[in-house]
Amino acid sequence: MATVELKDVRKTYGGRVEAVKGISIDIPDGAMCVLVGPSGCGKSTLLRMIAGLEEITSGTVSIGDKVVNTLGPAERDIAMVFQNYALYPHMKVYDNMAYGLRNRGMDKDEIDRRVRDAAGTLGLAELLERRPRELSGGQRQRVAMGRAIVRSPKAFLFDEPLSNLDAKLRGQMRIEIKNLQRSLGVTSVYVTHDQVEAMTLADTLVVMNQGLAEQVDTPIAIYERPASIFVAGFIGSPAMNLLAAEGGETGKGLKLAAGGTVKPRETSLPEAGRKVLLGVRPEHLTLVSARNNADIEMKVTAVEALGADTLAHGYPVDGDARAGELIARLPGTVRVADGDVLPLAIDAGMAHLFDAGSGKRI
Amino acid sequence: MAEAATQQSTAAALGRREQGAMLGISRRSRYIAHAILIVGVFIVAFPIYYTFVASTHSLQTILRPPLPLLPGEHFFDNYYEALFGGVGRIGGVGVGTLLFNTTVMALGIAIGKIVISVLSAFAIVFFRFPGRMFFFWVIFITLMLPVEVRILPTYKVMVDLGLIDSYTGLILPLMASATATLLFRQFFMTIPGELVEAARVDGAGPWRFFKDILMPLSKTNLAALFVIMFIYGWTQYLWPLLVTNSNDMNTIVIALRKMISFADADTEWHLVMVTSVFAILPPILVVLFMQRWFVKGLVETEK
Ligand SMILES: Nc1ncnc2c1ncn2[C@@H]1O[C@H](COP(=O)(O)OP(=O)(O)OP(=O)(O)O)[C@@H](O)[C@H]1O
Ligand SMILES: [Mg+2]
Repeated sequence: MATVELKDVRKTYGGRVEAVKGISIDIPDGAMCVLVGPSGCGKSTLLRMIAGLEEITSGTVSIGDKVVNTLGPAERDIAMVFQNYALYPHMKVYDNMAYGLRNRGMDKDEIDRRVRDAAGTLGLAELLERRPRELSGGQRQRVAMGRAIVRSPKAFLFDEPLSNLDAKLRGQMRIEIKNLQRSLGVTSVYVTHDQVEAMTLADTLVVMNQGLAEQVDTPIAIYERPASIFVAGFIGSPAMNLLAAEGGETGKGLKLAAGGTVKPRETSLPEAGRKVLLGVRPEHLTLVSARNNADIEMKVTAVEALGADTLAHGYPVDGDARAGELIARLPGTVRVADGDVLPLAIDAGMAHLFDAGSGKRI
Repeated sequence: MAEAATQQSTAAALGRREQGAMLGISRRSRYIAHAILIVGVFIVAFPIYYTFVASTHSLQTILRPPLPLLPGEHFFDNYYEALFGGVGRIGGVGVGTLLFNTTVMALGIAIGKIVISVLSAFAIVFFRFPGRMFFFWVIFITLMLPVEVRILPTYKVMVDLGLIDSYTGLILPLMASATATLLFRQFFMTIPGELVEAARVDGAGPWRFFKDILMPLSKTNLAALFVIMFIYGWTQYLWPLLVTNSNDMNTIVIALRKMISFADADTEWHLVMVTSVFAILPPILVVLFMQRWFVKGLVETEK
């Protein structure tokens, strides 16, 4: 068990492709750090640099206060769970788990004890004599986990370990991984592009974009105060609505491009005429009875009735369909049809302001 | 739900089979298919059977056609003479020696080729070193230089090294194999990168990886290649002919050739036939013995 520290870590492939452009993260002992971001943003590259599978172009990676830049993966004392499990196809489950221990010259009885322990924890005791191809996807996933935990490494590294499972199993395994990681107290880095996984698993969440960390914080803090429109759009489902607006005269709040004014709670309102984006989560748009109480009117183009909620998709009436999509999460009891015009109030206290140019939070 | 899915796919499979039956895999065409196969087997097997029949008759019977279709009563005489009497034509070397020579050569070539090509493919696929692609292309180009093309320079080298009439001389020049190297390269490249990385994380160095993971995964390929290369080695003609002068270094194929003289009457056909049977037998045994692996290696890849 150990802390994992990244200091200005960079990776350039072949002198041209900059995959990771300087990331610094401190992961405390026993914490779970989740790297999330769109495809190609450099999550796997960063993880593989921590693992020692990829050379570090510059910066330092330390595990347990020791710089490990030049060490190979085996010497870093980490364990990795791969997306496609990477089980040895010709070895039985038992040998798959024992292989890493044997290579370290561990005593036979100790190996046996550890493998049986891990198999017990993961519910694999019955399957030790099987080969990977005789297992279901979920069971293979468990074996991959088992191979990691028998080693009692300093850190676990996961690269989208659940992406090959169906939705139900994924939910189940997510909770299991969380509990396992908690009870073992092993520092972990977990890569995913699934934001539900990211929100539920993380102690520290890192939102990555094009090789940079856009925001590093707890999941709730990121949800409540996204640092940029990228983070705002990426975390939360459905994505946050971003409405074009500009600063109004002093004390009058914001002028929405779609018409109307809003007065968000944010301390400093932008100066008059400054272009901004007002971020409103779909759940912070509420249906009001009268048109003149509404901050914005929405023309509905599609309705998803999910039971508990109804998601209404559409666009601001005064804009046109290209002006930007608008999504409102309404109570399931509300009946909405395509083509309706809904008067909506913006929960100004829950709105976010971003600079239209830089995309940064104001 | 899973059950329903299985049922559905079973139903689909059944449907397909019925359709297959309807679409002309009828009784009649099945008979025709069998007839063709039987003819094929007959064409392949009959000459072998006839060779065996001839090897059990006396020279006189063979020289007075037609040759009977059933084995005669000289089985023990002929085989005893061939094995222990020494065959007159080729300087008193028994079939046993010939078989031994050929086995050494065929095994040497097969094993040597496999060892060399597995190792070079391993280096080319899993290591990054300067000139990697250069070496790959050099190996590739040797495809265009089979023994027959480079036979004179190779012969000169063997003479200079004093390797005429030695097993090394028989085996060494035939051992390098671009074909096998390329085959293994293709196979190794299908091994997922994650598996290699998992092994690295598990603390397996290159040799451990080679021994514990790569070789077990290549088992079927190794077996298939062994069969092919063994037969290749067993049936070599031109090179052994050149590089062996002494009769007791002959391979069985060369000996067969030497036993046949142009005047029919000088040739001891009954012994030629016995030798032929011995020449065919080991390849057949190797194929039969390794058949299961061989077919597996050609058809499926276990990953
Ligand atoms: N070996 C390589 N050579 C050159 N470029 C590479 C290499 N590996 C990755 N890249 C590039 O680096 C960038 C980051 O890749 P990476 O695999 O880290 O993305 P990712 O965030 O894991 O994406 P995904 O969610 O799709 O797995 C990509 O633009 C990719 O094209
Ligand atoms: Mg990735």
